[in-house]
Amino acid sequence: MRKTRWGSKLYMGLIFAFLYAPILVLIVFSFNESKSRALFTGFTFKWYEQLFQNELIMTSLFNSLLMALCSSLIAVIMGTMAAVGINRMGKKSKAAIMNVTYLPVLNPEIVTGISMMLLFVWFKNVFQIPLGFGTVLIAHVTFCLPYVILNVLPKFRQMDQNLFEAALDLGCTPLQAFFKVVIPQIMPGIVSGFMMAFTFSLDDFVVTYFTAGNGFQMLPTTIYSMVRKKVNPQINALSTIIFLIVLALLIVMNVVEAKRAKKVEKPL
Amino acid sequence: MKKLLAVLLTAALAMGTMTGCGSNGGEGDKPTLNVYNWGEYISDGTDGTLDTIAAFEEEFGVNVQYDMFSTNEEMYTKLKSGSVSYDVIIPSDYMISRMIKEDMLEKLNMENIPNSQYVMDQFKTPDYDPTGEYSVPYTWGTVGLIYNTTMVEEIPDSWDALWDERYKDNILMFSNSRDAFGIAEKLLGYSQNTTDEAEIRACADLLKQQKDVLQTYVMDEIFDKMEIGEAAVAPYYAGDAVTMISENPDLGFVVPKEGSNVFIDAMCIPKGSPNKELAEQFINFMCETEIGVANIEKICYSTPLTNVYDALPDETKNNPIIYPSDEVLANCESFVNLPDETNLLIQDLWNEIIAE
Repeated sequence: MRKTRWGSKLYMGLIFAFLYAPILVLIVFSFNESKSRALFTGFTFKWYEQLFQNELIMTSLFNSLLMALCSSLIAVIMGTMAAVGINRMGKKSKAAIMNVTYLPVLNPEIVTGISMMLLFVWFKNVFQIPLGFGTVLIAHVTFCLPYVILNVLPKFRQMDQNLFEAALDLGCTPLQAFFKVVIPQIMPGIVSGFMMAFTFSLDDFVVTYFTAGNGFQMLPTTIYSMVRKKVNPQINALSTIIFLIVLALLIVMNVVEAKRAKKVEKPL
Repeated sequence: MKKLLAVLLTAALAMGTMTGCGSNGGEGDKPTLNVYNWGEYISDGTDGTLDTIAAFEEEFGVNVQYDMFSTNEEMYTKLKSGSVSYDVIIPSDYMISRMIKEDMLEKLNMENIPNSQYVMDQFKTPDYDPTGEYSVPYTWGTVGLIYNTTMVEEIPDSWDALWDERYKDNILMFSNSRDAFGIAEKLLGYSQNTTDEAEIRACADLLKQQKDVLQTYVMDEIFDKMEIGEAAVAPYYAGDAVTMISENPDLGFVVPKEGSNVFIDAMCIPKGSPNKELAEQFINFMCETEIGVANIEKICYSTPLTNVYDALPDETKNNPIIYPSDEVLANCESFVNLPDETNLLIQDLWNEIIAE
């Protein structure tokens, strides 16, 4: 009995080492005095200082965060509306719509990226609309949407279908019933859909690369363009900061979720 | 109700995309200049250096939209796709000759670029731009051998050090086909721009033999490997060799006696640039002494401009790695664009070598 427990602990340790060792190395070397990625010569904050002075990286970071926020918000609103509709559909049309929804998820990103680029170039030539924030936003919403739908729809299935009608019977208008009864029920799905959309948008490279046009660089494309010369340690510093922010977000979300779960359980 | 909501949402969406496009239009009435350069290839104000782009914006009262690429091919594909339009681009030699051939570049009006008079004689009419009408050089450099003096038995002077059995498993090699074939071509005494199939196949055989003694193929991992002494010899760019030597004084650099490659990155204006005159002013500005010095000190490559060269500290000027003697340079070639079938052949052979 003991032996198997040791074995499973070791296995788990190995898995975590695989997952987190690279990030740990990156964090350590973001404090390295020299540019070397192999020798640690001394502790310094200078890469962090330089990072915040680097206008190109800062603009790209801002663009990336803004894009992730806008596209995931739009995707969440559209996706939730879509889920409401799909939930009410008949069996056959539901199956058909779900297949169409899965398609962008299964489609290789490069196909999405190039086809979007061709479409936008055509728009550019016909209507003189340049590629930029707008086109990337459309592209990001497009590939984020299925993830929101796929996260929200199961919550509808878990929900008691009569809740909505019960709310109407008790005097709610349909809109009130939707916002006060349905939305809280499907909230966990909306939140996880939002988080997924946000992270997908934030680290997307391929689609952004093809649809960005000139004058609009986002973080992944900026970092990629730096690889001809040795990658600047400022990138290590930036990745460390992003990792810590994401970690903090996850912890906060889990704490909030745990508190909420307790509240819901108590009256029962 | 539902319909109203749908209408509202559609309106919200449309607004979103419209404001999105609107925000892309640039600030105010200032004209915007779109510049496309290599990543980390300009003095940008970090670490107390001069922010050359900001200086240009201030002096000319314009906006500069500065984007970056990481390979010539990436830049070329983006321009060809029609999804972007740039006013100034900075590709390398062979890509410039290809773009001239495909009629993708504007002829420059040198009256707007008076600083082009400072271009050193050997770069005035280079192979890739024989009339010198399409480009103004930005940086240049040689490819040579970097060696670790504590690991080699004598200072290498030939490319055959990269095939030397004594350094087995301590040899690094370029992981891009054009540079790798270039070395084999020099060792066999061919031109680096050869289109002869038999010669190219002979080079491929040579590169195949090299695999027995090779540690690995590298691009920028070479910095770490050489700096901590994990390899004895490797080919790389002169400017980067200086960076490595400053980290590890045991390293040395030599341009082999068979000759080597000189690469030149130059500023050009793509066809259809809406701000051609402003673009020419930008090119001229980049050749100003103070601006050129700031850029060269950041990039560590060599300058093709006499005014910038004269203003550099003696230590840099007299560094034979960055500014090799004329005899060394006479032995070097620069890449020109190869015909499609030659490119294809090299790529196929290279894939075979790598896969084996």
